[in-house]
Amino acid sequence: MPKELLNKQDIDRVLARMAHEILERNKGTENLCLVGIQRGGVHLAKRLSKKIKEIEGKDISVGSLDIAFYRDDLNIRKEQPAVRRTEVPCEITDQKVVLVDDVLFTGRSIRAALDALMDIGRPANIQLAVLIDRGHRELPIKADFVGKNIPTAINENVEVSLEEEGLEDKVTIE
Amino acid sequence: MKLFSKDLLGIKELTKDEIILILDTASGFKDVLKRDIKKVPALRGKTAVNLFFEPSTRTRTSFELAEKRLSLDVLNLAVTTSSVVKGESLIDTALNVQALGADFMIIRHSSSGAPHLLSKNINASVINAGDGVNEHPTQALLDAFTIKEKLGEIEGLRIAIVGDILHSRVAKSNIYLLTKFGAEVRLIGPPTLVPQESESLGVKVFHDMDSGLRDVNVVMMLRIQMERQGKGFFPSTLEYFRYWGLTAERLSVADDNAIVMHPGPMNRGIEISSEIADGPRSVILEQVTNGIAIRMAVLYLLAGARG
Repeated sequence: MPKELLNKQDIDRVLARMAHEILERNKGTENLCLVGIQRGGVHLAKRLSKKIKEIEGKDISVGSLDIAFYRDDLNIRKEQPAVRRTEVPCEITDQKVVLVDDVLFTGRSIRAALDALMDIGRPANIQLAVLIDRGHRELPIKADFVGKNIPTAINENVEVSLEEEGLEDKVTIE
Repeated sequence: MKLFSKDLLGIKELTKDEIILILDTASGFKDVLKRDIKKVPALRGKTAVNLFFEPSTRTRTSFELAEKRLSLDVLNLAVTTSSVVKGESLIDTALNVQALGADFMIIRHSSSGAPHLLSKNINASVINAGDGVNEHPTQALLDAFTIKEKLGEIEGLRIAIVGDILHSRVAKSNIYLLTKFGAEVRLIGPPTLVPQESESLGVKVFHDMDSGLRDVNVVMMLRIQMERQGKGFFPSTLEYFRYWGLTAERLSVADDNAIVMHPGPMNRGIEISSEIADGPRSVILEQVTNGIAIRMAVLYLLAGARG
């Protein structure tokens, strides 16, 4: 039976806090853009940009990044990961890019995302925002903005479900 | 979702879902091709060998670029420089290429079924880049991708294929694909080049341009293979153009938003007028660009099907 860690309201509060933290760290929205990793990260990036607009009154561009081509497990997977669109509407060169993902686990997706971003441009810096950090890193990667730290066992499964996917907003562990 | 076979031999062998998977994956690669850095590391460390037993410029360059954009190592084996001229058999050549470490073999051959023969004898993924008068699957896939991009869903569209259907593997692959998607396919050309029996493939045959092109959404012109000239299929290129060439006047009976396609290389003034080839309805150069994205998608997905 999956255990609920965050409900709809919790997620909303966490994202509001993260939006404030992003603005505080970057002293506003100048030269700032959000890039979500397909698919959960894209929805979260859009929600964060909405929060930022509410706080600061400024529009901030949101991109989506597909990391399928950059994964390090293409040789060992049974089946190729589905390819989704990469659309980064802002010119990321010399911009401050906040990379957004739902769950930070081994860090391998983030490694792939960093390579993918570097092929699109040369950002001034890249920051990382994740809704959940569940530990068990296999690479030296650390998030700048964390919604919630959740200690997990390696065989547990953390699931972020979102309304944008036609589901209920919640985070569960099993 | 993955492809069911390690090889791409023809459209005939693919299910509709597999075709949709390839087309969707190609959109992701088209994004990559729009960037400054048009290369991804997806197939790094793997090797592709292009085995071309027939002359080809655009298909081979398109495959080669697709391979390089996926970080594959690429070897081109042209027939005139290989041991084939010394009498080595097709399978021996392929086995030797495989022993060199090839993961993909892209083959074009004048004999129908050559890729099928190879696929049974080697472990590498075989991709058919045109075999005899049988199939040219990646061309049909890039055509479908282009149609979807321009006109949306293929189902219900009226699509005319004009010219030398008899000798055309491009036409055959397109007929298989378009009928699988529920398009109304019309074949137009002289009776010597468009046999009436083609109707058994689920298409309509027309022997005059005006009725065939009426209200169509897509006009696919085929190349008149000049090597067939003088074999009695048509009297002269001038006469061919008069009856079967695509001109603005002929095209006027088609749908107002109809697009014009051609797999290349074009014979201007024989099957198509320059006015149409370079005109606003023509998507011929976009087909070329889309070809790279489609071939990247096929290579990427076949790598997964092998796993």
